[in-house]
Amino acid sequence: MKSIWFHLQGYRDLPADFEDRYESVWVTPPTDELCDPQKVHQYLNWNLDELDYAASLGFDGIGTNEHHQNGYGFPVSPNQTGYYLAKSTTDQAIVILGNTLPLYNPPIRVAEEIAYMDCLSNGRVVSGMPVGTPMDVTHCYGITPTEVRPRYFEAHDLIKQAWTADKEFHFNGKYTKLRHVNLWPKPIQKPHPPIWLAGGGSVETWDFAAQNNYLYSYLSFGGRLAAQSLMDGYWEVVDAHGLDRNPYRAGFAQIVCVGETDAEAEKLYLEHMRYFYKKSLHVARHYAAVAGYNTKASLQAAMKRGGAGNPFEAIDPGTITWSELVDKSKRVIGGSPATVVDHLKELAKDLNVGQLILLMHIGSMDHELTKYSTRLYAEEVLPHVRDIWKDQWEDHWWPSGAKQPQLEKAASAG
Amino acid sequence: METQQLTLGSGLPADVMSGGSGPALLYLHNHLGRDWDGFLDALAQVYTVYAPRHPGSDEPDELSSLDGFADLALYYDDLLNALGVETAIVVGHSFGGMAAAEFAAHCPQRVEKLVLIDSLGLWLDETPIEDISGVPAPRVSTILSGSAALTEELLSQPEDPAAIPDFMVSRFLSQAAVSHFIWPIPDRDLRRRLYRITMPVLVIWGEDDQYVPPVYAAEFEAGLPDAQRAMIAGAGHMPHLEKTEVVIEAITRFLNG
Repeated sequence: MKSIWFHLQGYRDLPADFEDRYESVWVTPPTDELCDPQKVHQYLNWNLDELDYAASLGFDGIGTNEHHQNGYGFPVSPNQTGYYLAKSTTDQAIVILGNTLPLYNPPIRVAEEIAYMDCLSNGRVVSGMPVGTPMDVTHCYGITPTEVRPRYFEAHDLIKQAWTADKEFHFNGKYTKLRHVNLWPKPIQKPHPPIWLAGGGSVETWDFAAQNNYLYSYLSFGGRLAAQSLMDGYWEVVDAHGLDRNPYRAGFAQIVCVGETDAEAEKLYLEHMRYFYKKSLHVARHYAAVAGYNTKASLQAAMKRGGAGNPFEAIDPGTITWSELVDKSKRVIGGSPATVVDHLKELAKDLNVGQLILLMHIGSMDHELTKYSTRLYAEEVLPHVRDIWKDQWEDHWWPSGAKQPQLEKAASAG
Repeated sequence: METQQLTLGSGLPADVMSGGSGPALLYLHNHLGRDWDGFLDALAQVYTVYAPRHPGSDEPDELSSLDGFADLALYYDDLLNALGVETAIVVGHSFGGMAAAEFAAHCPQRVEKLVLIDSLGLWLDETPIEDISGVPAPRVSTILSGSAALTEELLSQPEDPAAIPDFMVSRFLSQAAVSHFIWPIPDRDLRRRLYRITMPVLVIWGEDDQYVPPVYAAEFEAGLPDAQRAMIAGAGHMPHLEKTEVVIEAITRFLNG
């Protein structure tokens, strides 16, 4: 199983009473009250240092994503981070998960920027193509809800064609009309960088992944128990398309924190987990459930399950215990290296996942603590999970230019 | 009252409720969806009322061939053709008012008289109109109408729990089909087409409308070539349901005048 160190790039210092005073961490948290550019200067430098640090320790991949007006993560343009990592590292996959396609006009911009990054990194880029959340797409960027998916599919077609066409072409789409598409440069990876989809469980995305033989990643903060039925649903769609159950065609995001012992992990990380679940997931329902964003079929399925739902809804963690997070709900994988290895092995097996997207900077964690957890993972967890699946399956969704990083670097870098 | 399914010249389907007898009157509904209510019953005493369901409200795929108000105006033009109606009185409420005004601006020859009730369509930066689908539920209740009892009735779910999922899907789709034309700000430059709405227009507004504030009534009146205004005391965004008799009286006076 691959270990990808993934940065949400969030704000680390929201006020103690944030969730009582403000309606939402996303879309409307007042920037002048809450977001200090001087602190962000510090955070952004830490973010890049943490990603570099993970690379130096031998993680298989490093990555980030795209969100806007969001206290739990505001990477804004993931390609900016990607260019930096393409230059600062030599071996890792650079997992951009991803560019929110409906937001780019014209979307040829994504084809160009990923190609640029692929050249700069010598073929190490994963091109994630998420539809985008209602918060980012409809509320922050003003895309009409009913146009989100049509724009997404059209953008996907244009980008893929731009990467693979053997000569200039015109593109007469509904939303984008281009007379001359002639990409300078095209990506190093042929036919194109691996395309990873990211979703929260909509049936259309599973079908799209299976139809195109793309990787599907479930970006969840809920842990493997909550994800089981959704991932089972994905694998059933894979079966229905006559594809193999190669675990490398699935990614899963997981909060992981490592200590010397279980007790130390609880002591070090519990407050930051509470911060994350209470503040970072404080997303207003009226932003998360926008009419027209979901298809009729997804809407009907959701209503039968008991409501429109809000995957970002905060749990009430003010008093939540470590045991509840780690043992009962299994939202968080945390503890000693041995505990973390055990839980990750279960996760890999239960969800059949080959690409582990590690969320190791969470909420209010500071720079040193983030590095501490990262180092323990690299030295004492990674060697035990890297070979899961390796002798049984080949990873066809990994960038061809990425090299397997050397783990012995960990000792010298630590 | 009957419901008919039509196929328009474009191939798009239309679902039209109709009732009453007399001159043709086309009624365009708001974001909550079509409902044959007491207001339409009252109009049907004097007119043949046609109440189409806004396209895409049941099948969102229909929206893929309706990209804006020019397409929507042609849709209503096609609809009148399919109904065999040459010209009609057109009445619209809220989003339906915006659609009615756009139809009148695009196809003025088909609209005898126009009635706009608490209509969307214009925009003033100093008096922004809230996004009724993007505010907390308690705020929706506050701005939806001036009557708490009416709001409760309008937002109430079916008593039968088994009917709730379909009801919720229907409400979501109805809102989505409206948002399709006005997201994220309900301004598509109707102001620069107001000069084409040359027929007599009655602008009806609840004096206490907190969703589309009454200043917009004055804006419509000032911008339209031949408009008069009726402000309804004690009513919010739904004057035709909050003060049905008063509104019917104003409309009757206008249409007979």
